[in-house]
Amino acid sequence: MGKSKKELDKVKKIGTSGIVYSLLFIWAAIQIFPIYWLFTFSLKSNSEIFGGNALGLPKEWMWQNYEKALVTGKVGLYFFNSIIVTGATILITIVVSLMASYALTRMNFKLKRPMNAFYMLGLTVPIHSALLPVFIMLRSMKLVNSYIALILPYVAFAIPMAVMIFTGFISSIPRELEESACLDGCSIYGVFFRIIAPLMKPAVATVSIFTFLQAWNELMFAVVFISDTRYKTLTVGIQSLAGQYTIDWGAIGAGLVVATIPTLIVYIFMSKKVQDSLVVGALKG
Amino acid sequence: MEKVWSNKKAIIFFLFPSFVILTLIIIVPIIMSSYYSLLKWDGFGKGEFIGLKNYIDLFSDKAFLMSVKNSLIFAVSSVFIQLPFSLLLALVISKGVKFERFFVTVFFIPVIISTVVIGQLWMKIYHPEYGVLNLFLRAVGLGNLAKEWLGSKETALGASVVPVLWQYIGYHMLLMYAGIKSISADVFEAAKIDGASWLKTSRYITIPLLRPILKVSLTFAVVGSLKVFDLVYVLTRGGPARASEVTSTLMVETIFKSNKYGYGSAMAIFVIIECFLLYWLIGKMFKTDEVV
Repeated sequence: MGKSKKELDKVKKIGTSGIVYSLLFIWAAIQIFPIYWLFTFSLKSNSEIFGGNALGLPKEWMWQNYEKALVTGKVGLYFFNSIIVTGATILITIVVSLMASYALTRMNFKLKRPMNAFYMLGLTVPIHSALLPVFIMLRSMKLVNSYIALILPYVAFAIPMAVMIFTGFISSIPRELEESACLDGCSIYGVFFRIIAPLMKPAVATVSIFTFLQAWNELMFAVVFISDTRYKTLTVGIQSLAGQYTIDWGAIGAGLVVATIPTLIVYIFMSKKVQDSLVVGALKG
Repeated sequence: MEKVWSNKKAIIFFLFPSFVILTLIIIVPIIMSSYYSLLKWDGFGKGEFIGLKNYIDLFSDKAFLMSVKNSLIFAVSSVFIQLPFSLLLALVISKGVKFERFFVTVFFIPVIISTVVIGQLWMKIYHPEYGVLNLFLRAVGLGNLAKEWLGSKETALGASVVPVLWQYIGYHMLLMYAGIKSISADVFEAAKIDGASWLKTSRYITIPLLRPILKVSLTFAVVGSLKVFDLVYVLTRGGPARASEVTSTLMVETIFKSNKYGYGSAMAIFVIIECFLLYWLIGKMFKTDEVV
């Protein structure tokens, strides 16, 4: 009797784990299917998409769709603009946040506490409040439709998170390193640039990933501040592309793939690091 | 060393650039927005000071009230559909299934993809004639359920909520999964020795220990929903007939399409206050719980 109960339990266990795995795989399929579908229809002609082969692999691989999106649809230009804006945003964010974080953790000054609070304030302020005032500032300086119009706000809203990650990291570095460098006659700038900055690589990677995703995917500022095609980034550009080619799904799909590829590549090669960056960002905030 | 660390010039040098950027782009605009919200102003020329009239008008403006309600629907669906599902996934995956890394990695993919791309993609999924959803419904014989998901008033909001839930389930799952993984293995070992089932362990050990993470998830889900913009902007622009309008899309339209700078600023201030209020409320909720 005892044996049969045990066997029954075993059967039950295999049964439940079977259900669990099927559910997990079904959910994985639901999460990944739209992306699979995107890749396939970006390579199909309209007649295939609309004519019975909506889901399968393309019968004839229409690479022309990509040419159309990149050249006629200007996705190539939008891609270039996104690289410039995102690249500059990451670079500036890292330099200015690293500098601020050093002062906020190591240096002694009267307003240290309120200054820390000031930097953290940005974590909770929604970008809504900045939208119109920054637009008016840019307009009065004739800077609407420029790279800087996006870079500045992106940097501003990336700084608080970057400072939080950097200050946490600097606090964990033993002070003795800097003290002995100081005895060797290093100035404060030398200590910062030669001792601290090189040690920050892991934190810099985390901040870069975080800032990259934010800037690369941002839409609200981009829609409002950029109307000139020359400066459109991918998010706004894709919107124009979709408006331009409403019925040519292949070309739109190709544009969407181009916009997604860099993110996917970063993710494929560093999935653990990307996940950790977003977890760290969330849990510290 | 202390002397070196008290170098005033160096302190100013280190803080100056970021301080200026933050002040200019975050602090000054809050003050400016608050001031604009007291004006009747079309963005050109001089605005007329009208005190709190914009705020009073907001609360009798049907479009605005509708947008607040819709934003709250986003928040409620996140809290009651997305979070429980994410928690379930996290609990299941972390108990040590095969292909653990594979599932975590795949579930997280939609999170990193631009919402614009996600929106464009779902627009195609919802397409009345060639969209995957209607194709599927017709294939399984439920063709009479097929409809113009984004184009009809009854379904536009729901159709906009689904992609948001879908996109960020992986995000909350990852947070909770990381939280569970950081709980000491001894705790689970002890529960196992005591013969506690997975359900009991989850209910009485894992979930209570996960409270700090659940607070973070809840905050993100609620505040994120109140700020939602991208997806609605891409899918419906708030239409048809404002059926899926959220506060952010209405604000952008009010300012930049209707040129009501003052009125739109009042909406911006409303969103800020709403977000701060919820940060505070969730913080308080979790604090009183801790005492009990």
